[in-house]
Amino acid sequence: MLSRVADSLYWMSRYLERAEHTARVINIQLNLMLERGSQSEDLDWARVGRSLGMEQSGEDDEDWSAEDLAQSLLHDASNRSSIVASIVNARENARQVREQISSEMWEQLNRLFHAVRRSSPEVWDSRDFLQSIKEGAHLFQGITDSTMTHSEGWQFIQAGRYLERAVAVSTLVGAHFREFHQPAQAGSERVYLEWIGLLRSCTAFEAYCKAYTADVKPERIAEFLVLHPSFPHSIRFSAEALETAIKEIGREAGSRRAARVERIAGRLRATLGFSQIDEIMSGGLHAYLHELLRQCGQVHSALYQTYISYPIEAALEA
Amino acid sequence: MAGIATKHTLPAPFHEYELDDAFDEMVDGGGAVRPHYRHIYEALRELTGEELRRRQQIADLSFLHQGITFTVYGRDEGTERIFPNDLLPRVLTREEWTRIENGLTQRITALNLFLKDIYHEGRILNDGVVPREIIYSCKHFRRQMRGLNVRNDAYVTVAGTDLIRMPSGEFVVLEDNLRVPSGASYMLVSREVMKRLFPDLFRKCGVQPIEHYSQALLSTLRALTPQGSPRGTSEPTIVLLTPGVFNSAYFEHAFLARQMGIELVEGRDLVVHDNFVYMRTTAGLRRVDVIYRRIDDDFIDPLAFRPDSSLGVPGLFNAYRAGNVSMANALGTGVADDKAVYAYVPAIIKYYLKEDPILDNVETYLMSDPSQRKHVLGRLQDYVVKAVGESGGYGMLIGPHSTAEQRDEFRRRVEEDPRNYIAQPTIRLSRAPCFLDGNVQPRHVDLRPYILFGDKVTVVPGGLTRVALRKGSLVVNSSQGGGSKDTWVLD
Repeated sequence: MLSRVADSLYWMSRYLERAEHTARVINIQLNLMLERGSQSEDLDWARVGRSLGMEQSGEDDEDWSAEDLAQSLLHDASNRSSIVASIVNARENARQVREQISSEMWEQLNRLFHAVRRSSPEVWDSRDFLQSIKEGAHLFQGITDSTMTHSEGWQFIQAGRYLERAVAVSTLVGAHFREFHQPAQAGSERVYLEWIGLLRSCTAFEAYCKAYTADVKPERIAEFLVLHPSFPHSIRFSAEALETAIKEIGREAGSRRAARVERIAGRLRATLGFSQIDEIMSGGLHAYLHELLRQCGQVHSALYQTYISYPIEAALEA
Repeated sequence: MAGIATKHTLPAPFHEYELDDAFDEMVDGGGAVRPHYRHIYEALRELTGEELRRRQQIADLSFLHQGITFTVYGRDEGTERIFPNDLLPRVLTREEWTRIENGLTQRITALNLFLKDIYHEGRILNDGVVPREIIYSCKHFRRQMRGLNVRNDAYVTVAGTDLIRMPSGEFVVLEDNLRVPSGASYMLVSREVMKRLFPDLFRKCGVQPIEHYSQALLSTLRALTPQGSPRGTSEPTIVLLTPGVFNSAYFEHAFLARQMGIELVEGRDLVVHDNFVYMRTTAGLRRVDVIYRRIDDDFIDPLAFRPDSSLGVPGLFNAYRAGNVSMANALGTGVADDKAVYAYVPAIIKYYLKEDPILDNVETYLMSDPSQRKHVLGRLQDYVVKAVGESGGYGMLIGPHSTAEQRDEFRRRVEEDPRNYIAQPTIRLSRAPCFLDGNVQPRHVDLRPYILFGDKVTVVPGGLTRVALRKGSLVVNSSQGGGSKDTWVLD
């Protein structure tokens, strides 16, 4: 498979996962704000920005109202973290490889793109809009799995999705713990809602309750979102799916240089597989999440160096 | 013949089928239906307008769903349009086709000899058959190609020659497209659609197949495999090089690549190392032997040609010159489809093949010749004036349909740069029946067959018939309101 095609499939998938994640986080945030009243809105939106991995806003941005930030996260095509930018980029990547994906995939992504371009509701009227993004992304995923050959290209789609998810959940969990995991806040009702919000942002509330009942404890939430072996939005699950995809790619491409990226992806999977929550918490959750993000970055770079933008000399040796 | 108008003499759905002095593909001078159109004529009389409309819709949808669109330049982003396809086939007899096929084979053979000659010894120039200054002043002449040997001497591998039919019924060549001719995919897709819509008629008429085009193209490209390729000529790596998704013919590039089972690549997928061309794949670099390139000469290699090109591959020309990769078409073929050189093609055929041309040219006046220029500029309203290096219906004046201002403008341009223009008399293209507004009406058509030149010459029977869909219009280019129809050569 052409490196360029692999690149486009990988990014198409990452951007779509990002759009879905952002839509869910904003939707949950809108819910929470209804409960909280309006006094802390500015702070809340700034935190949402951080939990989505937007750069810390500098001093210039202080004129920005919370409303502007929220609006920008939804519809500002020049904001790289916005939903619309993610959908536009996903479609642009798909367009580059239209012949490689199924027509059904293209049509669904195109439909989503036109829907996003057509409507740009105000923040407080955006519930249906956000819902349609989530559903559209789920539909695309289902169509992809059932209409595309599960060979190399599909594995790049998998790799993109799960790498993006591992990064997004790590960032989100980190931002939440930094904000709310303080001794002073323990037990307050407002904070209880925030923890539920975190679970919901990862579609994990119901699954969490099945495992631990509705008894909401930060350590258990961390354990569930970071280390759960079979919940599809946990970091560990994502890392395992990522490693599987990378091994399959290595097998299909038959590249001699595959060992390195497989080792790095394997280490990420093993880091999560052999960790215990009490040790993580006592050693510092932030340091742990930071390490995960660093390793995710390494997987991405190694994937690129092996399959996509390798130097000519490396590929000629033999 | 002139002025015979036989309005309302044919029954529905032909009641608006008017004849005039152009050659009519379906009806002869006496108003009788030609024998090879008989089956179609009868079938159309039996089908209701509603049924025809239904089939037209099926055809349109099928084009839409396959994404068969082209891009119109010079407007907004959303200008991808469906390629209009007319429902009724254009029919040619075997005798008509045989003559066309022989004529095209003769022509491409001579043009390839001509290209080899002008990029090597230049005998034809030394003998004064073609004036030297016309070649060296041609903007598509590539001095970089001087002395370079092309595999099999196949300069033009794929040609799409435009033929038109004179009022006498004779086919003549309007222009040779020898650089990167497009449209073959429309020919193949519209045949698929027709077979689905008119299976009975198709069987009754006995239509010669064209489906082997992709296979023939692949063998033609395979024959260009450089000597010394590691896999030999049996398993060469062949790629189709496209400018990318924003190109107006991207659909065709993707379609042909898929049909041939070769990789569709962009310039950035290829790298040159030590004068070998590789493509970047996830499995590593893979050596490329033959490139079916759909990028113009100018953009193919920023080191050898336009340095601002981002579509091409740096170093590709050196690899080509070293004989490590073949390209189809070769670089520099545009010198042979320059419209001023076109005027010499009959002489070129005689010079190399010692034969008379089977297919004639349209009478052509060179504006660089003072007496011919004076003659044409005196009566511009009767002539079509064309810029020599343009195609696609851009940069031309159609005298009879022009305003006095446009004619003054062209007169000025011609006098400024006479080498850049030629003139031809306005020709009434032949007309074929088309399904428009619920009934059958005649429209002007041309014919573009595709000629492949590898180790042998292959012309698939038929080609792309282009239609000027606007009533009375003589311009068939898709960018100017033209459409296409399937072309049936009967067995």
